Amino acid sequence: MTGRQIRPRLAVWKFASCDGCQLSLLDCEDEILGLAEAVEIAYFPEATRAEISGHYDISLVEGSITTAHDAVRIHEVRRRSTKLIVIGACATSGGIQALRNFSDVTEYARIVYARPEYIETLSTSTPIADHVRVDFELRGCPINKRQLVEMLGAFIAGRRPATPAHSVCVECKLKGVACVMVAHGAPCLGPVTHAGCGALCPSYNRGCYGCFGPKETPNAPALSARLSELGMDQRGLARLYSTFNANADAFRQESEKYDQQDGQD
Amino acid sequence: MNADKRVITDEQLQKLIDVLIGAGRRVLGPVRGDGVVVYEDIQSVNDFPVGLTDEQTPGGYRLVEAADQSYFGFSVGPHVWKKFLHPSQIELWRARREGENLIIEASGGNNETYAFIGVRACELAAISKQDRVLTGGDYVDTHYQTRRENTLLIAVNCGKAGGCCFCASMGTGPEVRGPFDLALTELSPADEHLFVVEAGSPAGQELLLEIGSRPATEHEIETAKSIVERTALTMGRSMPPDVDVPRLLADNLLHPRWQEVAERCLSCANCTLVCPTCFCTTVEDISDLAGESFARERRWDSCFTMDFSYLHGGGVRNTVASRYRQWMTHKLSTWIEQFGSSGCVGCGRCITWCPVGIDITQEVQAIAGAQTG
Repeated sequence: MTGRQIRPRLAVWKFASCDGCQLSLLDCEDEILGLAEAVEIAYFPEATRAEISGHYDISLVEGSITTAHDAVRIHEVRRRSTKLIVIGACATSGGIQALRNFSDVTEYARIVYARPEYIETLSTSTPIADHVRVDFELRGCPINKRQLVEMLGAFIAGRRPATPAHSVCVECKLKGVACVMVAHGAPCLGPVTHAGCGALCPSYNRGCYGCFGPKETPNAPALSARLSELGMDQRGLARLYSTFNANADAFRQESEKYDQQDGQD
Repeated sequence: MNADKRVITDEQLQKLIDVLIGAGRRVLGPVRGDGVVVYEDIQSVNDFPVGLTDEQTPGGYRLVEAADQSYFGFSVGPHVWKKFLHPSQIELWRARREGENLIIEASGGNNETYAFIGVRACELAAISKQDRVLTGGDYVDTHYQTRRENTLLIAVNCGKAGGCCFCASMGTGPEVRGPFDLALTELSPADEHLFVVEAGSPAGQELLLEIGSRPATEHEIETAKSIVERTALTMGRSMPPDVDVPRLLADNLLHPRWQEVAERCLSCANCTLVCPTCFCTTVEDISDLAGESFARERRWDSCFTMDFSYLHGGGVRNTVASRYRQWMTHKLSTWIEQFGSSGCVGCGRCITWCPVGIDITQEVQAIAGAQTG
């Protein structure tokens, strides 16, 4: 129970991503000063130009692997980190950009860029854990800042973070939010989605979009069967699972069942 | 006993609410939420979901216009009284570092007093079951006990059975028995809006004296009785009769039906969290970034989560089949060995609020059918 002598060194790394999860860290406002005291922020280009090279006690990694260069760089990050923690849907499942895994990426490049020959990219977007050993995954698109602070507090204190892998339904019930699927017939991914957002969408009468990816032991086929009964067609089902965590196993397997090659409109 | 039955008007019911609020109580009752009836603070009889009723099916709930202006013309909804008696989240204690010392302080204390209006027969039965579980043994949950002791229960006999109700077959309703202070039966609000009322405790009797009432006529007593009888005959479902359910389940732990239900079950935990008798919780420790202050929080948990059966090295019930079986056999069978009665009150919430509409009565029927067939 003695006070900490040396502050752990923290690094924040960016791979293919929108920066939103890193911004969640800056968004911590009240806690950010406490964090700056609790750890030495040694590498965080989004926040500071100062850079301390060497080894890091905790590395937060945002983003997915979409280039050959990044596929090498992530090994360097792993080598220089005692704990490597991945944050956000890109890093944990490949992110929205993993929609390329279901398509032809050269075709995408041809449509989007005036000079596609300048684009050098892999044909897939893959999660960090496909490349290196990961010590902890924090889900979400974006991550929840309360969970981020909780996880960092837990790692600093050497205890288990309280980021349960149960359904979003549990969060609805803890808040007293009535089931939007039962009461309104709203298509909701909550029963197969990892908790963490605090049931944000159902609290506003929207179905869950699955931003936190599949929960523990997800049963997407049973949910799809019910959504079909409620009137959702195959195309709708394919799209429902094909968002921020399209490449997560349980969601990918389910969307592929219903995907009728519906083009890129 | 008919002498005990009195009649109050809607104005006297309003006076009851005023008196309870005047006594410093939080008065909680059914109100219209967003497409559902929820339990919240009320100040007036106009806060009740007047003129509304519900249609319930496995996995479906719709609030619709009723034929009359009843206050209590609906059946039980998504909220459960345990949200006040056994809150979903509570801080148990908090600690802070002071120099070399760690100061630990109890928290989660609660001085509020409550009156619940509109408690149904199944819900009273459920409160009795939670009383037994949380205060009836050697280890008393003082958080629950304090809240429970500070709560007046004003029950309502059901004038309508919901599509998923099966209290009649569980012997818990629709006529209120349980530990009520006052029990109301709403008569048709066509002419005068009247309630037959009965006191079930000295506190209830005092309240009746304070708000005023008149003796019920024979006709009113008969009418009230027939309302409840009609409700009993229109239950949406029933637990299969002539089946020794606890025995049936205990004898069929390897029945293939567990695997079948697991293919439909989402293991989302909704059934347990809307169940008025499910009481399980877990604790989570939190600490601040500076390592200066700490707290232990308790929250509802469910036997459908993996963490629930986590022991060193992993969860014990890895398959959904084993988790569904744990829930159902505890509810209908082993609860009896543990606490002396069934853990199910037949409210039907687990059926309505299951996103895929799994029906506990049908699951029992399936196992019973395959047994005898």
